[in-house]
Amino acid sequence: MRESRYEHFPHDADVGVRGIGASPAEAFEEAALALTAVITDPVRVDAAERVEIRCEAPDIELLLADFLNAVIYEMATRGMLFGRYEVKIEGASLEAAAFGERVDVEKHRPIVEAKGATLTSLRVEQRADGTWLAQCVVDV
Amino acid sequence: MDLSLLERESESVWRVEPTGDMRVPGILYADESLVREMDEKVLEQLRNVASLPGIVRAAYAMPDAHWGYGFPIGGVAAFDPDEGGVVSAGGVGFDISCGVRSLHTGLTLDDVRPKQKALADQLFRDIPAGVGSAGRIRLDGDAMDAMLRGGAHWAVEQGYGTREDLERIEERGCMRGAEPEYVSERAKARQRDEMGTLGSGNHYLEIQHVAEIFDREAAEAFGLEEGDILATIHCGSRGLGHQIGTEFLRDMAAAAAKHGIHLPDRELACAPIRSELGQIYLGAMRAGINCALANRQIITHLTRRAFERVLPKAVLTVLYDVSHNTCKVERHAVNGEEKEVFVHRKGATRAFGPGHPDLPPELRDVGQPVLIGGSMGTESYVLRGTRESEALSFSSSCHGAGRAMSRHQAKRTWSGREVVDELARRGIIVRSPSMRGVAEEAPLAYKDVRAVVDAAERAGLSRKVARVEPIVCIKG
Repeated sequence: MRESRYEHFPHDADVGVRGIGASPAEAFEEAALALTAVITDPVRVDAAERVEIRCEAPDIELLLADFLNAVIYEMATRGMLFGRYEVKIEGASLEAAAFGERVDVEKHRPIVEAKGATLTSLRVEQRADGTWLAQCVVDV
Repeated sequence: MDLSLLERESESVWRVEPTGDMRVPGILYADESLVREMDEKVLEQLRNVASLPGIVRAAYAMPDAHWGYGFPIGGVAAFDPDEGGVVSAGGVGFDISCGVRSLHTGLTLDDVRPKQKALADQLFRDIPAGVGSAGRIRLDGDAMDAMLRGGAHWAVEQGYGTREDLERIEERGCMRGAEPEYVSERAKARQRDEMGTLGSGNHYLEIQHVAEIFDREAAEAFGLEEGDILATIHCGSRGLGHQIGTEFLRDMAAAAAKHGIHLPDRELACAPIRSELGQIYLGAMRAGINCALANRQIITHLTRRAFERVLPKAVLTVLYDVSHNTCKVERHAVNGEEKEVFVHRKGATRAFGPGHPDLPPELRDVGQPVLIGGSMGTESYVLRGTRESEALSFSSSCHGAGRAMSRHQAKRTWSGREVVDELARRGIIVRSPSMRGVAEEAPLAYKDVRAVVDAAERAGLSRKVARVEPIVCIKG
C-alpha cells in the first residue's frame, strides 16, 4: 500500500474526509483530495489552472479546517474542482497550490456540494507507524 | 442508544438528570424504537448543550435527532442573556435558515397527471440545481446588502412574487436586526451567483399530492383537500449561509477561552449574547436568514413561471414557509415568568400553537403549519403547532426523517439509476443532474418519517393534519 492515501469515514448526516501521509503537509494534501472525492473522482479533474491558497491558524488542527474551507471557497466562487494539491506547512501557517479546472457537469458528474469543513472529528496527529493523519467531517 | 442511559418519563418522553457540568436536564422526545436507533452521540451532544452558560429549562432533542455539530441535529435550546446566555454558530448550523415552503397550486392530481412529465422537465430546466449551477440574478454591493436586509420583502419588491406571499412566511418574510456589514466579503462572494438556486444534498423541489387528511378542521383552514397538488421547496441560504457558519464557528471556538467559556467540544463554539462577537454573529446570522427567505421567494417565482408554461390555469399561493436552522428572540415562560430568550433550533421547526400573536389571523385558531420533509419518493407531512409545545419544547417540533444510513454506505448499496427506475414504477418522476447524488439520497437511507411525526404527535409537539406524496422530484 502507498504510504500516502485518502479515505472517507461515515458520519450520520454528512461525510468524514481523512488524509494519511509521511508528513503533515502530505496528510493535508490527501485530506484535500478526499474533499474533492466527496464531489467527484479526483482523477477526472485536469490540472488546467493553478490557484494559490494561504492560511494561518492558532494550531495545526484549525489550520486543517481553515485550509479545507479555503479550498471550498475557491471551488464555490471560481466554479472549479481541484484534482491535485501541493501543500507547504511552516509552524501554523500554510501555503498551498490547488490545480484544477472549471466544473463540467457532463465530465465530472458532481455528486454534492461541500458547504463547509467542520470541527467535528477534527484531528491532525502522528500515528504509531510514524505517518501523519489529518481528518474532519465535511457538511454537505 | 442504550435505553438504560435515560430515564423514561412517559411513552415518548425521556430524561437525563443534570450531572457533571450540566446546568439543566436533557429531554428527548421519541418513542422506544426511535431512541434505540439513535446514535449515543445525540445524548453526549445533548449533555454538552445542557452545560452551556445561561441555558434555561432544558436541552431538548426532537424525535428525528441525530449526530450533528456540537448541537444534535433536531436540537432545541434557549439562553437567557441576563444569565450570561450564549449564542452558538453550531447551534444554528451551516445552512442558516434552511427550511421548507409549500405552495398550493389550485390543481388536483387529475389535472397534473397528463402533464406530469412536461412539468418535471420544465421545472428541471427553470430551477438551477446541483453543483456549479448559477442563478440568473447576479448581486453585488448595494443590491446584495438590500437583499440581506429585506429578505423575501426585497424579492417581492424586485418583482418575484406578491405581497400576499409575505403573510405566510415566518417573520412576515423579513428578519429584523440583520446587519449586512457584519457579513464578510467572502460570504457575499459565495452568494453572488447563487440567488434562486436549489443547491444539492438533501435539498429538493417536489410536486406532491395530498394523499390523506388526519384533521379536517385544520386542513380546511390550511386550504388542503385530498387530491390537491402542492409544490414544496426545501433549501436554505446557499453559499452565504455556509460561509457565515464556517467563519463564526471558527472565531467562536478560538474566542471561547477569552469569554471564560469551557467548551467540552469545539463544535459547541459560542459567544455570550452580550459580547461583541455574539452581537456581530447575530447581525450576520439574521442577514443569512433573509438570504434564505429571499432565495425561497425567487424559487417560488421560478416555479410559478414553470407552471404557467405547462399548466396555465394553476394559481400558486403560499401555504407556509418554515425555517429549521435558526436562533430567534422569543418570549417564553422561564421559572414561572415570561422572558425574552434566544431560542436555537438546529434541525427543528418552530411550531406555534393556536392563539399565538405572530400567526396570520386566518391561521390563529388552528396553529402554525409545520412542514416536514420526508426522504425522496416517500412522503411528507403537514402538521400544526399545539399550545402545549410551548411548555414542552419552546414551541418546537421535528423537521424531517433524518438519515439512517451514511452517504458512503448508501452509494455502495444502490445506484442512482436503480433508485430513479424504482420510483418511476411508483409514478414518481425524479430529475437530477447527478445520479450518484440520487443514490446518496435513496429513500431507504432515511428513517421512516411516519415514525418521526407519530412520535412528535404522541409527545404533544405538533398534530398531524395531512400526508402528502410526491409525483415529481427535482434534486440538486
